[in-house]
Amino acid sequence: MTQWIDVGAIADIPRQGARTVALGGHDPIAIFRTLDDRIFALVDRCPHKHGPLSQGIVHGHAVSCPLHNWKIALATGEAQDEDKGCTPTIPLRLEADRILIGVNAGLATAA
Amino acid sequence: MNGKAAMQALEIQRPHGGLFRFGAGKMDRFVTDLSNMEDGATTPPAGRERLVVIGNGMAGCRAVEELLARDPGRYWITIFGAEPHVNYNRIMLSPVLAGEKAFDDIVINDRAWYDDNGIRLIVSDPVVSIDRANRLVQSRSGRVESYDRLLIATGSDPFIIPVPGHRLDGVISFRDMNDVDRMLTAADKGGDAVVIGGGLLGLEAAHGLTLRGMKVTVLHLMPTLMERQLDEAAGWLLKSALEARGQTILTGADTAEIVGEDHVEGVRLKDGRFIPASLVVMAVGIRPSVALAREAGLAVGRGIQVDDHMVTSDPAILAVGECVEHDGQVYGLVAPLWDMCRALADGLTDSPSGYRGSVTSTKLKVSGIDVFSAGDFSGGEDAQDIVLRDAARGIYKRVVVKEDRIVGAVLYGDTADGAWYFDLLKKGEDIASIRDYLIFGQAFAQGGGATDPKAAVAALSDDAEICGCNGVSKGKVVAAIEGGACTLDAVRACSKASASCGSCTGLVETLLAITLGDEYAGERTVRTMCKCTSFGHDDVRRAIVEKGLKAIPQVMQELHWSTPDGCSSCRPALNYYLLCAWPGEYVDDQQSRFVNERMHANIQKDGTYSVVPRMWGGLTSPKELRAIADVVEKYNAPMVKVTGGQRLDIFGIKKEDLPAVWADLNAAGMVSGHAYGKSLRTVKTCVGSEWCRFGTQDSTGLGVKIERMTWGSWMPHKFKIAVSGCPRNCAEATIKDFGVVCVDSGYELHVGGNGGIKVRATDLLCKVETEEQAMEYCAAFIQLYREEARYLERTAPWIERVGLAHVQQRVVEDAEGRAALADRFRVSQSFSQEDPWAARAAGHESHLHQPLAVAAE
Ligand code: SRM
Ligand SMILES: Cc1cc2nc3c(=O)[nH]c(=O)nc-3n(C[C@H](O)[C@H](O)[C@H](O)COP(=O)(O)OP(=O)(O)OC[C@H]3O[C@@H](n4cnc5c(N)ncnc54)[C@H](O)[C@@H]3O)c2cc1C
Ligand code: SF4
Ligand code: FES
Repeated sequence: MTQWIDVGAIADIPRQGARTVALGGHDPIAIFRTLDDRIFALVDRCPHKHGPLSQGIVHGHAVSCPLHNWKIALATGEAQDEDKGCTPTIPLRLEADRILIGVNAGLATAA
Repeated sequence: MNGKAAMQALEIQRPHGGLFRFGAGKMDRFVTDLSNMEDGATTPPAGRERLVVIGNGMAGCRAVEELLARDPGRYWITIFGAEPHVNYNRIMLSPVLAGEKAFDDIVINDRAWYDDNGIRLIVSDPVVSIDRANRLVQSRSGRVESYDRLLIATGSDPFIIPVPGHRLDGVISFRDMNDVDRMLTAADKGGDAVVIGGGLLGLEAAHGLTLRGMKVTVLHLMPTLMERQLDEAAGWLLKSALEARGQTILTGADTAEIVGEDHVEGVRLKDGRFIPASLVVMAVGIRPSVALAREAGLAVGRGIQVDDHMVTSDPAILAVGECVEHDGQVYGLVAPLWDMCRALADGLTDSPSGYRGSVTSTKLKVSGIDVFSAGDFSGGEDAQDIVLRDAARGIYKRVVVKEDRIVGAVLYGDTADGAWYFDLLKKGEDIASIRDYLIFGQAFAQGGGATDPKAAVAALSDDAEICGCNGVSKGKVVAAIEGGACTLDAVRACSKASASCGSCTGLVETLLAITLGDEYAGERTVRTMCKCTSFGHDDVRRAIVEKGLKAIPQVMQELHWSTPDGCSSCRPALNYYLLCAWPGEYVDDQQSRFVNERMHANIQKDGTYSVVPRMWGGLTSPKELRAIADVVEKYNAPMVKVTGGQRLDIFGIKKEDLPAVWADLNAAGMVSGHAYGKSLRTVKTCVGSEWCRFGTQDSTGLGVKIERMTWGSWMPHKFKIAVSGCPRNCAEATIKDFGVVCVDSGYELHVGGNGGIKVRATDLLCKVETEEQAMEYCAAFIQLYREEARYLERTAPWIERVGLAHVQQRVVEDAEGRAALADRFRVSQSFSQEDPWAARAAGHESHLHQPLAVAAE
């Protein structure tokens, strides 16, 4: 069953930036906010060599990994261009200005 | 590099007396002719026919090149040029005017080429008459040369509308280097310019003058720009793009007179409007230069009439280039020249092939505006149009099809498929089967939706033209690569592809990748900044300063970025350019910085960080060492290491702990070492005269002073300094970006060194006498680098690109300029010498080091 956790307000995340949610026992989750105020959630782990995506440069609806510059689509977690790989996405809901992420058995396997 | 300075260096003095020079070595045997040459009665080496070429331009020299490639020993060649230069690429005058190239960059054949091939070049001395009966030509200076074969390659003359005032000072055409020089002189003074003519040439002139800081108005007689190449829609898009860049474009504008006393003051239109101007560029068209041929009695129509082998009505005289008329056609572009020159050389070496006319295509060389046109787009009865418009992306494409064949194409905004359409057009290929996809481009039409640019290039036919500037086909490029040219530069050197305007660089690189497969390492040629823009780094920097752009979104808007907020390549670059242009004013955009510069520490492969405090000149103290030892223990840092930069690196610090670590280090008086930054890294020193038995000066002390002066400054790339106390050079100053080697009499200053991936030893900039001078030169050099280098370009490649002479001119020779540079550096430093750690340690942005939330399981 999905459990929705309120992790903060949209305003807590800088535009074109990200913050993380620590999840005991799992990789943290990265919550991204784009220039046009869209919010996305991914496991904070690059499909390449596990770089922390939350630390990358956010542009358009993508993030460039800080370690080797792979470009990851925020909506799907898929690596772009020539690169192959996928980071799990995390269910996300917005209620007014609050961000809720869905945590369930699915996450456990994803992480 | 300054175009004018470059030009002067190359300018060939018109020789008197001896008249020409010869190369040494294999040409020595001609030197015996020298006595004869003085009075003009030269004799060729036995067995050679005399070929005299009139015109040292693109066609004349290309014809000679083709000839030499076929039979180097056959002709004894003399070339007369009206201009004072060696052979250069005329089409690149536009980038020279725009400041993107210097004159040296556009030279096709330098003096050595003439010498090595035994060609006698006579410059600044036009031929004034041809005596066909006696097979002689005479030049303005009175030289007489006899010929067995004569080649006329006099090009075109710019057409000047004979309105009142057209002879005034300040009215300039756009045809040769001299015109460009005059425009640059006028542009130095700034003010208003009028360009008469909105065709290819006029618009390139207007673009160049705009970049040079003039306020430009283009007057065009017709209702749309470039009406001979573009349809109405594309012409309109072009007009609005140019207007957005600050040009005024008046269409339907008919010039009545050019007004002024001695010098131009403005232009009056037939409708009475007056446009003030201190410079008028007349670019309304060209006329084949035929006067000489006509006087000699050759058959002349619109141009000098030639047959398929480029032979005129006199079998001993040939003609080639823009001055000819072939099959009723005259041409004003380079592509036909290449074909003509091939046919000509085949004919002259007894293996005639024959020229059959050319179909031409056009590209506008205005950076950031992509326009392509080919063939006939006027439509007509049985022609059908296929059109694609994408207003948001500013793209317009139109392909005109007649009986399942492409007859014309106009592309605006996205010209990537121009070569493909042009190839289909020239071949008259049947496109019925791909018609539905045709407009989406090659990748789509041939791959059924897959867009693999490599496949698209692979599918081009062997004779598809890759480099329009130099007329190089795909087959030739591939042959060059297979013949061993496995880098871009090598391909440029041996096939000339991509050696001019560079717009085909991408195609050539793809061919390298296809031909060499995995062997091709790939290389970055910084053309456009990234895929988000069609501007290069230098264009963007210039625009930032000239248009007073002060924020990243503003730059992107003004320069038509194709993405909403750029990418991880262009944003850090823009952030730096703005920071450099507006010190103290521009607010740094943290979101456009690489994580290391945001976190003020180096990210490691496991996501932790390393921390390197500054140790001034490599000096440290018990207090600092104790503080570091304490940090290592307190935060369980798994490793501490002495770096190659003479300081200590603490590894494995968690992001959350960074502020506390910094607070502890700050408490011991230490600041950030910027080991993570595109900024000053370290100043390495040796012990110097204080202790060392060989030391000549206080290298340690000077290193500390220099580090105090330069720390904290943002740069295009990382920057390393070293000071060695004597030429034994223990601080390795000669592989640093700026290195000082102390000697008894003062300080040798070295620049442009690089360890790392490609080692480069420094160049000696100059020698100075005092520490103060060493500091001043250092500040000026850094500022020049900050202002001129492209983002992520270290001093080594930068200096290779602009030349040491340029740096010396700015930093050593120009004392006033040096002081100004150093001043600008100090102003910028007054805003940037703040320890980023101190702010964070005090709690600034503390949330960025903490998770948004902690969700217990
Ligand atoms: C720590 C250190 C190695 C050491 O243990 O000694 C080091 C470590 C790194 N170097 Fe270095 N370089 C270190 C001295 C050097 C030197 C020697 C020097 O400065 O005298 C060189 C050659 C000299 C030069 O730069 O010209 C050097 C040439 C490079 C290069 C290649 C640069 C080039 O132009 O080819 C890179 C890659 C880059 O910058 O793109 C690099 C990149 C790196 C990075 C930043 C890799 C990265 O992007 O993460 C490493 C960061 C490690 C970390 O987290 O701290 N490092 N690196 C040295 C730190 C010096 C300091 O105190 O700040
Ligand atoms: C600014 C500019 C931009 C251009 N851009 C492009 C482009 O993007 N694409 C394109 O395809 N084409 C372009 N062109 C056109 C291209 O440069 C010409 O088609 C080409 O240079 C013609 O070569 P040519 O040898 O016939 O004439 P030229 O290159 O002009 O050479 C003729 C030479 O003969 C000399 N000469 C003339 N009379 C005499 C005499 N009596 N004695 C001795 N020497 C003499 C002239 O001084 C000149 O140096 C451009 C032209 C200009 C001016
Ligand atoms: S040499 Fe390579 S592995 Fe070693 S620190 Fe430098 S970048 Fe890292
Ligand atoms: S770990 Fe992300 S690109 Fe290598």
